[in-house]
Amino acid sequence: MLTAGAKGTADGAIERPAPASSLPPALAACHECDQLNDVPALPPNGAARCCRCGGLLYRNPANCIEKSLALTLAAAFLFVVANVFPFMAFGTGANMVHTTLASGVVSLWQEGMVLLSILVFVTSILAPAIQIAGLLYVLYPLNAGRYPTGAEPIYRLVIGLGPWSMMEVFLLGILVSIVKLISMAEIIPGVALWAFGLLIITLAWANSTMEPRVIWMRVEELREAQRA
Amino acid sequence: MTTARSRGLAGCHECGMVSRLPEAHGHYTCRRCGTALHFRKPNSLSRTWALLIASFILYVPANLLPITHTTSLGHTQSDTIMSGVLYFISHGDWPLALVIFTASVAVPFMKLVILTYLLISVQRGSTHRYRDRTRLYRITELVGRWSMVDVFVVTVLVALVQLGALANINAGWGAVYFGAVVVATMFAAESFDPRLIWEPLDNPHESAS
Ligand SMILES: [Zn+2]
Ligand SMILES: [Zn+2]
Repeated sequence: MLTAGAKGTADGAIERPAPASSLPPALAACHECDQLNDVPALPPNGAARCCRCGGLLYRNPANCIEKSLALTLAAAFLFVVANVFPFMAFGTGANMVHTTLASGVVSLWQEGMVLLSILVFVTSILAPAIQIAGLLYVLYPLNAGRYPTGAEPIYRLVIGLGPWSMMEVFLLGILVSIVKLISMAEIIPGVALWAFGLLIITLAWANSTMEPRVIWMRVEELREAQRA
Repeated sequence: MTTARSRGLAGCHECGMVSRLPEAHGHYTCRRCGTALHFRKPNSLSRTWALLIASFILYVPANLLPITHTTSLGHTQSDTIMSGVLYFISHGDWPLALVIFTASVAVPFMKLVILTYLLISVQRGSTHRYRDRTRLYRITELVGRWSMVDVFVVTVLVALVQLGALANINAGWGAVYFGAVVVATMFAAESFDPRLIWEPLDNPHESAS
């Protein structure tokens, strides 16, 4: 039994294991207004909304785990290409400055703008890298029907980093910079720039097929199966 | 209307699982995913106020100090956020001026105003427009990150424009303060608990906690 102040696991509410396609009926508390919702079975590609505030409770994207894994693999490949290959060259004739995606972080650091450099590094490189690696670690075994050891803290980290992973904002920043510089000198886009653009599209697509609730239910199911 | 708390239940923020919390102030973790469970985010109002006031203070140097120093043929020009917007307007580039103005001037300011309004309305136990106020919060949470665009523009400019005597761009301290505003308002939005908006409806005889 749990006592006041004790660190322990709370009693779970009743939720039946998920069949492959439909999500089972469940009790859901709205994150935005705390309304308790009795959500009926959710068909593939369905979404459940709060009856009081209209907030999204959860979705059931079809083939969530399989699709998310495929898109994350593609994102991992594009992420490496975007960070390794030349990004953009800028200048006139012999005086060309060649950069990679991380050049800005290095330049800011060398200028003494250490805090700014760290902020840009975390939001444009580190957080996305951890997210992609963490997702691969969790989704690959899940898709194969195995429980990934330590999945819980890793997937929590992946979700927690969400707001701090700002590659799409970075892409907008790049586009604005190109417009600013285009009249000044010549700009030659590199392979990494195209890879970066594709990466943003892949991530947006991945986001639309990834539902944390579905992934968590699968994690729990395989964890219990392994224990049994 | 039945709220989770009125039944002694709490929904997990990560995985959505609803669990029973036997004591209001105990420490519990979700059985499915291990996240800490609370009826409400701890100290939501005071934490949000603290971060919001910090954002207001940082907002002043972020807009007054230059975000870039451009040295071209021995002449140095300093630009603030606003002069960047004016640059695009003077070149007739209205769409881009609008993008930059929205992301770096309007969004951060609206975010500060909206969060202040939400905090005050919650503390006064406002019984008006629950749904609209929740929607305002949702928008604040979604658009906040786009303010970072100016920080990234500075980063790209600093990396690319290193042409020796011809042209050179360095970052200014305004960019640091601006980045700090974005980070502080994001934390402020994260620490605000929108469920507080609905509390006057949940227990009409109590004021908001
Ligand atoms: Zn709701
Ligand atoms: Zn949970």
